[in-house]
Amino acid sequence: MTVIIDRTKAQPQPSGHEPVSAAARVRAKATQGGGLYQARVPIYPKLVHGRWRAIKWALLVVTLTIYWVTPWIRWHRPGGLPQQAVLVDFAGGRFYFFGIQLWPQEVYFITGLLVMAAMALFLVSALFGRLWCGYACPQTVWTDLYIYVERAFEGDRNARMRLDAAPWSFDKAWRKAGKHAVWLGIAFGTGGAWIFYFHDAPTVIRGFWVGQAALTAYVFCALLTATTYIFAGFMREQVCIYMCPWPRIQGAMLDQHSLQITYRRDRGEARGPHKKGETWEGRGDCIDCNACVVACPMGIDIRDGAQLECINCGLCADACDEIMDKVGRPRGLIAYDTDAAVAARACGKPAVYKPVRPRTLYYAGALALVSGLMLWGLTHRSVIDLHVLRDRNPMFVRMQDGSVRDGYTLKIANRTFYAKTLTVRFDGVAGARLKTPGAPPQAGDLTVSVEPNAIRAVRIFVTVPPGASAGATPAIFTVSDGHAQARAKTVFDSGAQP
Amino acid sequence: MSERRIDEPTGVETTEHEWDGIRELDNPLPRWWLWTWYVTIAVAIVYWVLMPAWPGLHGYTKGILHQSDRVKLVRELADLKALRGAEGAQLQTASLEEIERDPKLQAYAMAAGQALFGDNCATCHGQGGTGGKGYPNLRDDVWLWGGSLEQIQHTITYGVRTGEPGAATTQMPAFGRDQMLKDAQIDDLTEYVVALSRRPANPAAVARATQLYADQCAACHGPQGLGDQTRGVPNLTDSEWLYGSTREAIRDQIVNGRGGVMPTWGKRFDPQTIKALTVYIHANAGGQ
Repeated sequence: MTVIIDRTKAQPQPSGHEPVSAAARVRAKATQGGGLYQARVPIYPKLVHGRWRAIKWALLVVTLTIYWVTPWIRWHRPGGLPQQAVLVDFAGGRFYFFGIQLWPQEVYFITGLLVMAAMALFLVSALFGRLWCGYACPQTVWTDLYIYVERAFEGDRNARMRLDAAPWSFDKAWRKAGKHAVWLGIAFGTGGAWIFYFHDAPTVIRGFWVGQAALTAYVFCALLTATTYIFAGFMREQVCIYMCPWPRIQGAMLDQHSLQITYRRDRGEARGPHKKGETWEGRGDCIDCNACVVACPMGIDIRDGAQLECINCGLCADACDEIMDKVGRPRGLIAYDTDAAVAARACGKPAVYKPVRPRTLYYAGALALVSGLMLWGLTHRSVIDLHVLRDRNPMFVRMQDGSVRDGYTLKIANRTFYAKTLTVRFDGVAGARLKTPGAPPQAGDLTVSVEPNAIRAVRIFVTVPPGASAGATPAIFTVSDGHAQARAKTVFDSGAQP
Repeated sequence: MSERRIDEPTGVETTEHEWDGIRELDNPLPRWWLWTWYVTIAVAIVYWVLMPAWPGLHGYTKGILHQSDRVKLVRELADLKALRGAEGAQLQTASLEEIERDPKLQAYAMAAGQALFGDNCATCHGQGGTGGKGYPNLRDDVWLWGGSLEQIQHTITYGVRTGEPGAATTQMPAFGRDQMLKDAQIDDLTEYVVALSRRPANPAAVARATQLYADQCAACHGPQGLGDQTRGVPNLTDSEWLYGSTREAIRDQIVNGRGGVMPTWGKRFDPQTIKALTVYIHANAGGQ
């Protein structure tokens, strides 16, 4: 379509417009609420006391203790190996976990562990809702710790709101400065502890302060410090709502029989203010005091039902129980309950709880299967490993007497902490003689030694008498220490007969 | 400056630049672009301070980090030398047999030897060491100059027919080219050599050449044709033929008497390098 602009006619005046820059227009849009991002509404969670809060404090102490103490646990290993119980040794290519030592080739155990963790998460979610989110997730734990620090400096909810609204003063300045200083300290402690998992902790902590640690140690310390400070200090619930995929996935795990933090609307409605001495007849137990709302670290009203934001932490249940005690009504207006139970009670039927249902059986079955496989794999893994590389150039060598010799490189891994003397057997061609450099040729098995916790590449030459084989003959190398053994298939190539 | 004019449909100021009635809008630069630009300026200034940056009349600004790729290379080479230090030093003192027997030294020598072989030897002997016409196969059990560790070390160190002191000087006469023998005699000798390697040959020619062989060839190749490794004389009774096994190839060799040349590696490599190479070749040949 052609647009015709007729400049001979009077132009319609833009209604009193001054020149507007594009940036100004974008700014104007944002202030009108039309921007791409919603501005964060600050949340000031109020301190509550009660059963779930106590459990959360306990888990906070336990999980943080595990995080900070684990790298310092020592574990004796022979032969100059790291003495750290839990260590991801990238330089040495090993993962140490107490008595278990994994090689890079065995990374599938880590994969299996992650699958197990996912299955456990599915099962727990189907049974009890997002307990992980509410109690154990690092985002929750560190945010809880940061709010504890915030409360110590700035007071509880109302005091914090007043302080934020107040103009700058010395009192506000030192409280804010102190809070951020402690936050940064915790963040640095978090980032600093992270690197202990990847280097020998006592060594790296000394090297760190004198500039001798690896560059990656400084980078990851800085990275984890920054993410801790930003995620736990400023972003908090936004990490769960906007960044984490789990709240979206959980919809597939939960059903009406999953326990989750529930406002029992059958008991609470119709809600409304209640004065002391008034009758409770004909109304619900909810007195609309908003205690559950102000306690919520996610800034939601649980009475609106199950929501994506809810991390199932139970703080609103504690807050409500305190109120119910005061007004003399039974506890548990907000509690871990199922949608099915609430619906049943609303119809006057007894609540039915079904922890055993197809979904939980699947998850439990899958978890048991994967755990079993991993356990079997871990207990049955061979301490020696063998890979055979056949020489390709030359594929075979013909000797003066017409016998044929093939060269192989055997990569023998000794996963134990002790030196091993292994016998190497070759099966496939009759009359084969084995030879390894530095030892006389032998008709039977060869003996090679492999250092502890190492792979040794051994050159093996197999010579077969004239006419013993033609073309490519399948063959098998076996290495054995008398108990454990490893086998590898290969081929003996003797070319076409001359 | 002229009065600011506003583009009516968009309400945006114009730059007053006009081409064929099209005026340029003076939209502001995107903020992210502008800030990125400021950041690059800041980075450039920091870079000038830290790194070599500005040319001058006498050299250039070094920057407070004193970054220099040349200095870094020198340091890396020194590090490499230090890294090779432990085993490299042991190669100096250990005997060839000790190197081959000790798993660690053997692994070091094999790795070093493989690289050295690929860089220096493979051109003639082939990447796999199987040689070719005129270039001996180093993987089988036929050795012109001997296949023990010491013999291989000697051959590598001194080379073959290079004219250097210590290098082998033996040379087969060019019986045909230098007209030492007649064509018919060479034909008979060819049959004789074919017979030596237990292949069917013309008996009359063999009989005629018997005295000729004893006079001309046996001095080096021996009365039985078994050769002599001390002088690099090939064994004529085995199945290995450096210049080919056919009658034409054998006759050609009697006529021209070719002999290959191998460099005197002792002039280029230090002794431990030659030791590593020796162990690599010896081990891969199955070891005599």
